[in-house]
Amino acid sequence: MKTKLITLTAVAISTLAVADVNAGSRLIATSGVTQLEGGAGGGLTPWAVISGYADEGEYSIGAFHTSTDVQDFRLKVNGVSASYDNRFEISAALQSFEIKGVAGDLRQEIYGAKYRIYGDAIYSALPQVAAGIQYKRLLDGDIADAVGAEDSDSGIDYYVSATKVHLAAVAGYHFLWNATLRATQANQMGLLGYGGDDESGYTLQPEVSALVLLTDDLALGAEYRKKPDNLSAFDEDSFSDLFVAWFPNKNVNLTLAYADLGSIAGSEDQDGFYFSISSWFK
Amino acid sequence: MIKKLTCIAALFTGLACFNVAQADDYYQELGGKEGVEKIVDNFINEISFDQNIVKFFEGTDITRLREKLIEQFCHESGGPCEYTGDSMKDVHAGMKITKAEFNRVVELLQAAMDDAGTPQTAQNRLIRSLAPMRPDIIHQ
Ligand code: HEM
Repeated sequence: MKTKLITLTAVAISTLAVADVNAGSRLIATSGVTQLEGGAGGGLTPWAVISGYADEGEYSIGAFHTSTDVQDFRLKVNGVSASYDNRFEISAALQSFEIKGVAGDLRQEIYGAKYRIYGDAIYSALPQVAAGIQYKRLLDGDIADAVGAEDSDSGIDYYVSATKVHLAAVAGYHFLWNATLRATQANQMGLLGYGGDDESGYTLQPEVSALVLLTDDLALGAEYRKKPDNLSAFDEDSFSDLFVAWFPNKNVNLTLAYADLGSIAGSEDQDGFYFSISSWFK
Repeated sequence: MIKKLTCIAALFTGLACFNVAQADDYYQELGGKEGVEKIVDNFINEISFDQNIVKFFEGTDITRLREKLIEQFCHESGGPCEYTGDSMKDVHAGMKITKAEFNRVVELLQAAMDDAGTPQTAQNRLIRSLAPMRPDIIHQ
C-alpha cells in the first residue's frame, strides 16, 4: 500500500512537473476522468465525452490507473486511451481483481470504442450523445465457471450516453449530468463472467452521474450504476460513489471517491476508497 | 445504502429546478463599471500575449475593441449599457475561427477574470451569457 502510494505520487508529481506540455484544445475538465472499464466518463460510468483534450482534426493519447480497496476485494485497473477529432475514442484496460484469501488475481481485458453522435456537452442546447461498446475477455475464467456463469470467456457491453453541462446553473456553479443506458450480460462488470443461471441474456441497466464544478478544475459529484443480477448463487448490487476530481492542468487529473459496491460474490456491504489518475501525453 | 440512494435521487430530481429562473443580473457581481473595465483590460492584455490569438487582431482598432467589449459585458450582465458594436456574425466573418481558438479565447477571458479577482460564480455567469454566441463566431 505504502509503495503503491509512493509510486502514484511519483507519477503525479512527474506529470505535474512537465505541466502544460499539452496545450489541449478543449476546456479543462472536458476530458472527464476514466471509468472502471477504461472509457472517458466518471469513475463508474462512461459518459458521452471523448477522452483527452483533442478537438477538430486532432488526436489525444493518455494512460490511467485506478485502484479500489474494499473489505474483501481489491481492484486495480491499468490502461491506455486514444481519441481523434473529439469524435472517436478507443481504450484498452486490464482489470486485476484480488480476492482476500484467494491466491492469484482474476484478470479481465476490456477493449472499448466510443463514437460521439451528436452535440457538445457545453455549447449545444441539447446534450452531447455518444454510443460505445466494451469488449471484455476474462483471462482467468475458472471462478466465473465455478459460480455458474453462462459464459466465462468473453462478453460485449453496448451503451448510449448523454452528457450535458449547464453553465452557472446551480447558484452560479456549472452543473454536469450524464445518463447512460447499458445493454450487458456481465456479472460484476464481467469479472464473474457473462450471463448466469437466473438470467442468461442481455438486460438494460441505467447509470447516472451528476457533479458541480466548484472551480474550473475541481468537481464534486455522485454516481449510481445499476447492474444485472444474473447468478442464483449471489446477489449483485448497484455501484454508487461520491467523488472529488481535480484537474490541475490538461496533462493529468486525479479522482478520489468513496465507493459503495454492495454485495460482491457473497460478501455483503463492500465499500471503501477509490483512487484514479489519468494523464494525457498529447 | 437506501439513504445514499435517496440522496442521489434528490440530486437528480433537483435537476429540474436548477435551470429555471436565473436572474441574469450580475453586473455588480462582476464589480460594476470598474470591474468590467478591469476584466476587459486584462482580457486584451491576455490576448496580446497569446501568439496564436494575437495574430487575429493585427489590424484591429484596440480602442474600439475595448469600448465594444466593455459595452457588451456590461449589457450582458444586466448593467446600464447598450451594445453599439456590430453583430457577432459580421465582426467575426471571414476569420475562420476554429473551435480550439474559440476555447482558447474563453480561457484567456477566464484568466483575465481571475486576475481581476472576479468571483467564480460571476465568471461562470458571464461565460454562460457569451457561450450561445459561439455558432456566430466559429467557422465563419
Ligand atoms: C465568446 C467569444 C467572443 C466574443 C463575445 C467576442 C466579442 C467581440 C466584440 C464585442 C468585438 C468588437 C465588435 C465591434 O468592433 O463592433 C470583437 C471583435 C473581434 N473579435 Fe471577437 N469575440 C469572441 C471570440 C473571438 C475569437 C475566438 C476570436 C479569434 C480567435 C475573435 C477575434 C476578434 C477580432 C480579430 C476582432 C476585431 C475585429 C476588427 O478588427 O474589426 N473573437 N469580438
